[in-house]
Amino acid sequence: METAIIVSDKHPLDIILREERIPHIFCPGCGLGIIMRCYAQAILDSQIPIAQHVVVSGIGCSGRVAGYMEIDSYHTTHGRAIPFALGIKLAKPELNVVVFSGDGDLAAIGGNHLIHAARRNVDLTVICANNFNYGMTGGQAGPTTPYGARATTAPFGNPEHPFNFPLLLAAAGANFVSRWTALHAHQVQKDLLYAFRKPGFSFIEVLSPCPIGYGKSNQIEDGVEEMMLYKERCKINKDVPLDEVEIDMSSNQPIYVGRFVDRQLLPYQPVRIEE
Amino acid sequence: MSTAGVRTGKHFMHGDHACAEGAIAAGCTFFGGYPITPSTEIAEYLARRLPNTGGVFIQMEDELSSIAAVLGASAAGSRAMTATSGPGFSLMMENLGLAIMLEIPCVLVNVMRAAPSTGLPTLPGQADVMQAKWGSHGDYQIVAYAPSSPQEMFDLTVRAFNVADRYRTPVVILADEVVGHMVEKVVIPSAKQIDYWERKEPSQSPGEGFKPFAIEDDDLVPPMVHAGEGYRIHFTGLTHDERGYPDMRAETHHELVTRLSEKVTRNAEDIIVIEDEWLEDAKIVVVSFGCTARSAKRAVRKLRQAGMPVGFLRLISLWPFPERRIKEIAQDVDAFIVAEMNLGQISREIERFVNQKVVGVNHAGGQMMSPNEIMKTIMEVAGRGNGHHRIR
Repeated sequence: METAIIVSDKHPLDIILREERIPHIFCPGCGLGIIMRCYAQAILDSQIPIAQHVVVSGIGCSGRVAGYMEIDSYHTTHGRAIPFALGIKLAKPELNVVVFSGDGDLAAIGGNHLIHAARRNVDLTVICANNFNYGMTGGQAGPTTPYGARATTAPFGNPEHPFNFPLLLAAAGANFVSRWTALHAHQVQKDLLYAFRKPGFSFIEVLSPCPIGYGKSNQIEDGVEEMMLYKERCKINKDVPLDEVEIDMSSNQPIYVGRFVDRQLLPYQPVRIEE
Repeated sequence: MSTAGVRTGKHFMHGDHACAEGAIAAGCTFFGGYPITPSTEIAEYLARRLPNTGGVFIQMEDELSSIAAVLGASAAGSRAMTATSGPGFSLMMENLGLAIMLEIPCVLVNVMRAAPSTGLPTLPGQADVMQAKWGSHGDYQIVAYAPSSPQEMFDLTVRAFNVADRYRTPVVILADEVVGHMVEKVVIPSAKQIDYWERKEPSQSPGEGFKPFAIEDDDLVPPMVHAGEGYRIHFTGLTHDERGYPDMRAETHHELVTRLSEKVTRNAEDIIVIEDEWLEDAKIVVVSFGCTARSAKRAVRKLRQAGMPVGFLRLISLWPFPERRIKEIAQDVDAFIVAEMNLGQISREIERFVNQKVVGVNHAGGQMMSPNEIMKTIMEVAGRGNGHHRIR
């Protein structure tokens, strides 16, 4: 009879996570754990000293990620993670500052800060976990809820059009914009590593299953079903015109993913005058 | 600290510019702000000065982000400031609460204009006193100073940075349009004569189990560590324990919020600044602050010269309220008169601590109160004539 041998009770990523705070609060089927893992792996692989990694988050499920990462971490106010992160980055440019947040925090209450940070092309990396709704408060419609999709505050279907992040960020002036899903863990991790080194504003949108919030109103049974949906419908195409990458979850239209923007616009630098 | 560019000497200087020079002299290396009358000159001045002193000036997209950027910069170790007026101060209430909860030092200058809403953008007001104290949600104590001259715009800005760092708390400068736009003599001392109170440093090195919100001293102020120092700390606006981790228990919440409040009240004597004159035999004490105190002092001086037992008290700090001092003074006087450019904010606060009559000289704002108006009230309270006494 074979016996399983436990080689180690440690996971290589334990040094990036606050073990005493695990288990996390995320629901079964949520994509945030996968995205957080990608971020932790990217930190390990980055060869940037751990002390130089800083994560700033806003409010919502994604806002809790900062509390699980064992790096300097700031869980701030709703929508204001980006300007808080900007202050850190300008005060200590040697730090690798990442904003980890969600679609509601970044595009609704923090929407103005998002476009202005992209316009300035300030050297930050933003991870946007897009789950099409406000999960923490129980599944309300948000700025990325697809047209016609249902939510607790859109019981007859969302009458509004969602933001198309890649188009918005490209127009605003970001240097790097990509979109993946929680199914594309490898690509998310790779793009994070790339964005850490990329000067200017980088924005990585990661579609993230939310069976409890979004799924329950839209006949998506569980996290696996939403992942299957990504698997069937996602098409990697970095050359598709950005006005065509809006997400429509209900139809059989493809969900375009990929590196949509990768350019070298001049990043923001504070003015320095030598007297 | 950065003492680069302390403009030592005597100057004929604009109040807003004196505030900006105070920030430079205090070693401020980060300003994030949004233009708003009558504080804009602070931003304009620092946009020229900070790039010369190794600091960062950034014009943000609004006041919500201005204060957020200031908190980020301070969390990374900079002395950081923003300047605004009432409408912007309203927007900053959100992250003022975050500064309180995260115990991040910062200086918020509010050059007050007549309000509510857009009010009188170019004209003075003093009606944001209670907003500074109570404007953000929840219980907290604030520190606020009210300069009466360009010299104090300089001096109190330096002091604001020191108190903010010493007690890990936001400090508000409640200036007003008159003081902000007034041009007067300002003496800037040499760099080594300028006080510098350090942020408290932890005794442990990274990896030695430092708890960022554990209290070691009677002053209730935890040591401060910054982003990038290797401590790998967590800061959250949620109720948190000594480690900085969220803790949703009512007892943790009560303990934290009580400490944050007591941190200011317990150290009040070190924070409070008051000017008093002619109190020894005073039967009536006139209390004022900011630009209105200039008129009040003139009124009191004139009546003193005429032999009336009237005294003068200027609240250079408005918060924490000088409760103990007010009670002391109240032992020997018959009445308090409070002159302020609002409908009665400090007068109500004084009523809480004294049994004597408290009479307000109030105006909703828009123009500086004249000494005559204040004299008239003093005469009425003293029961001397119809108050038609005029200063010549």
